[in-house]
Amino acid sequence: MDLGLSETQELLKNSARDFLENESPEQLVRDMEEDEAGYSPELWSKMAEQGWQGLLIPEEHGGAGFDFLDLCVLIEEFGRALVPGPFMSTVLGGAVPLMEIGSDEQKAEFLPRIASGDVIFSLALTEPSARFDEEGVECTASVNGNEVTFNGTKLFVPDANVADYLIVAGRTDKGVTLGIVATDQPGVEVTQLQTIARDKQAEVKLNGATGQLLGNDGDGWDALKPVVNHYTVAECAYLVGLAQMDFEISVDYAKERVQFGRPIGSFQAIQHKCADMVTDVDGSRFIMYKAAWSLATDQPDADTQMSVNMAKAWCSEATRRVVAHGQQIHGGIGFTKDYKIQLYFRRQKRAELAFGDADYHRELVAQQLGI
Amino acid sequence: MDWSDSPEQATFREEVAEFIVERLPGRYQSGSREGGIVQSWQADRKSVDTEARDSAMNWADALAEKGWIAPHWPEEYGGAGLTVMEQFIYNQEMAKAAASPVGGMGVSLLGPTMIVHGSDEQKAEHLPRVLSGEVAWAQGYSEPSAGSDLASLQTRAIRDGDDLVINGQKIWTSGAQYADWLFALVRTEPDAPKHRGISFIVMDIKTPGITVRPIVDMGWQEPFNETFFEDVRVPAANIVGEENRGWYVGMTLLDFERSGISDAIQYERTLTRLIDYGKSEAGAKHYRQDWKILRHEVAERYLEIGVLFNFAFRIVSMQNNGMVPNYEASVNKLFGSETHQRLSRTGTKLFGLYANVWQREGEHAPMNAEFTRDYVGSVPHTIFSGSSEIQRNVIATRGLGLPRG
Ligand SMILES: Cc1cc2nc3c(=O)[nH]c(=O)nc-3n(C[C@H](O)[C@H](O)[C@H](O)COP(=O)(O)OP(=O)(O)OC[C@H]3O[C@@H](n4cnc5c(N)ncnc54)[C@H](O)[C@@H]3O)c2cc1C
Ligand SMILES: Cc1cc2nc3c(=O)[nH]c(=O)nc-3n(C[C@H](O)[C@H](O)[C@H](O)COP(=O)(O)OP(=O)(O)OC[C@H]3O[C@@H](n4cnc5c(N)ncnc54)[C@H](O)[C@@H]3O)c2cc1C
Repeated sequence: MDLGLSETQELLKNSARDFLENESPEQLVRDMEEDEAGYSPELWSKMAEQGWQGLLIPEEHGGAGFDFLDLCVLIEEFGRALVPGPFMSTVLGGAVPLMEIGSDEQKAEFLPRIASGDVIFSLALTEPSARFDEEGVECTASVNGNEVTFNGTKLFVPDANVADYLIVAGRTDKGVTLGIVATDQPGVEVTQLQTIARDKQAEVKLNGATGQLLGNDGDGWDALKPVVNHYTVAECAYLVGLAQMDFEISVDYAKERVQFGRPIGSFQAIQHKCADMVTDVDGSRFIMYKAAWSLATDQPDADTQMSVNMAKAWCSEATRRVVAHGQQIHGGIGFTKDYKIQLYFRRQKRAELAFGDADYHRELVAQQLGI
Repeated sequence: MDWSDSPEQATFREEVAEFIVERLPGRYQSGSREGGIVQSWQADRKSVDTEARDSAMNWADALAEKGWIAPHWPEEYGGAGLTVMEQFIYNQEMAKAAASPVGGMGVSLLGPTMIVHGSDEQKAEHLPRVLSGEVAWAQGYSEPSAGSDLASLQTRAIRDGDDLVINGQKIWTSGAQYADWLFALVRTEPDAPKHRGISFIVMDIKTPGITVRPIVDMGWQEPFNETFFEDVRVPAANIVGEENRGWYVGMTLLDFERSGISDAIQYERTLTRLIDYGKSEAGAKHYRQDWKILRHEVAERYLEIGVLFNFAFRIVSMQNNGMVPNYEASVNKLFGSETHQRLSRTGTKLFGLYANVWQREGEHAPMNAEFTRDYVGSVPHTIFSGSSEIQRNVIATRGLGLPRG
């Protein structure tokens, strides 16, 4: 039993922090809020040089062969720096499903290109019903040999505006079925949404869009379960990094801001908020890593499922408490666009909602407790 | 990061678990809180009931064979000298079995303090009698005007030859009515700055001039006392550590495992029994008709307990890597005690009107009124051992470096 980072993880964390402080500064984060693409291709290639898109991908497919715990250490740093762009979409929504269910040919075709930063992927799962369960998939799919054709509407698809491929979930008469759909075909129509986090999410209309069948006809939902679990925990890791930074900025501000002749951080009302913030950040970190560890080390399914739902239930709510305190501590200045704290507040909401908020996951915990 | 045992840890865990199965007397086996009935070793050892007394004796003897009455004490003083990680595993297994700990404050507080600061004579006189269970100790720190601000304590000890003459009053002295000896903080140098004039002293509680008067708590129990001192003569040789340095003796970072793992395990078991009860016939009657509106609240308690486990793991994992926890220990105390109160509140909510019932007996008492009693019983947990407010102050100032108010 040990809750510390390994030497490799420390190294990864420190080098990622240094790299991102230089390469993904606040100005870039702000610029990308108003950018059409929403990411910097230059940064994207530099990240690929660091080996990050391929961190999880086995060496035989051009990756670094690290495990999921390591990836979460990296994603925590992404949350801290609010790195804009399709990293999570590509890694969790592309590489992970390909690694989990792709055929040897598909792995050989796509994984090296993901690792090298040449392609962007995203997962097209949710629809206007905005559900995360199997019933939420209403988009139709029809299989023809190794091909699958989709008709329907996907909604809240991250980074669809820049994705080269979408992993699409549709429904045949056998059940949920997955396909790898190239976006440069007439049957794919992407309409961007304006969002609270000013990230890129889109409505994707599929009108006879065709792609490779991923996995087998009808077993798509079972195949998606581990994908969704990994993605969910990765969102938790992002939230932990984001909340850690929000907390640090707020404590620093409380030490500097003087009212009534003393730093506001000397007032107990502010001190106790800060104490609750660190409790929530730390609590979120360990419950997230417990779930990441469960996934990375193949703990029994029931334990893993419970730990994933616990992590998202807790992190969603605890980090929301953190960023709310962060705003309050900053007073009026925090409400301005120019000041950085609001960048965290708005992005927390996106990740809180992704793959289900606290209420959604608490319900799943309740069911697993048999109540 | 790893939540599983190393092979050595697993072996030690098995050793402890087997020992408990083989040696824990039947009286304690159902667990100390199950059914709301507390079988406390402390009470049993002085009980008139021979079965209770024998159980207490046998359990203490079994533990003594292994040095496990005081597993955190060094072996030369009769402990087992367990590493931090072994203590953690030991505490985990004992808590899982709800096995009553032996020895009380003598083992947990007085012993470790005396081992660090006591003279050879003091150690020889007191430590063996703590381990044999012959002497029970009470802690006399708090006073009517010195609670959270303990260093403002006023009980005076004035030199008279080889003795100290003590006058003043302590309050909230837990278990003093059953204790044989008292360790206390007293003011030996009234003119020194408040932290500098205090000494740590031990005394036989039967010393003339000491009066112990029980205080009835809001649950109508008598867990603690007022302790009065009227010209109480105690040899100056009973001071532990240096005279006037008692504050630092009393605050010694007791470097035994204090992760709170036992609490996390206890809460988890309590919550599990609460959920199971709802599925039983009696439970179906006692759970309020609309209990389903509380499903998420129950799940939230489960999450909190999960967080608490990780906080405990963090402390021991830091210690095991040679680090000294700072604000982290305060986070555990704060979050643990507040979780405890929320848990008892959720239990009472599930029982609706039946949460009125205080009596343990009869068909109208859900789970022997355990949750209603804990709803009251958990109230002081955010007060003693550093209140929630004090913990938040400590986290903010010592942990986060915010300026003191
Ligand atoms: C949307 C908006 C509209 C506004 N409109 C106007 C307007 O039209 N005209 C105008 O004059 N002003 C206006 N204000 C300013 C507003 O009155 C101030 O924001 C407010 O007085 C707080 O001051 P501050 O922002 O400097 O925060 P600070 O005073 O710096 O407070 C920062 C944090 O410290 C806390 N704090 C401060 N002192 C203490 C203390 N003694 N004890 C405990 N905690 C403390 C605060 O509660 C807060 O959480 C507006 C502000 C906003 C956000
Ligand atoms: C069941 C029980 C058993 C006990 N057993 C023992 C024992 O065996 N031996 C012993 O010596 N003592 C014992 N105590 C005493 C315990 O240590 C004190 O109750 C504790 O230190 C708090 O002191 P107080 O009760 O005087 O409260 P106070 O210190 O008066 O606190 C009252 C309220 O003010 C708040 N407060 C105080 N200072 C601050 C501050 N700086 N900032 C913000 N808020 C503050 C507190 O958090 C609390 O909410 C026991 C207490 C209880 C309830």
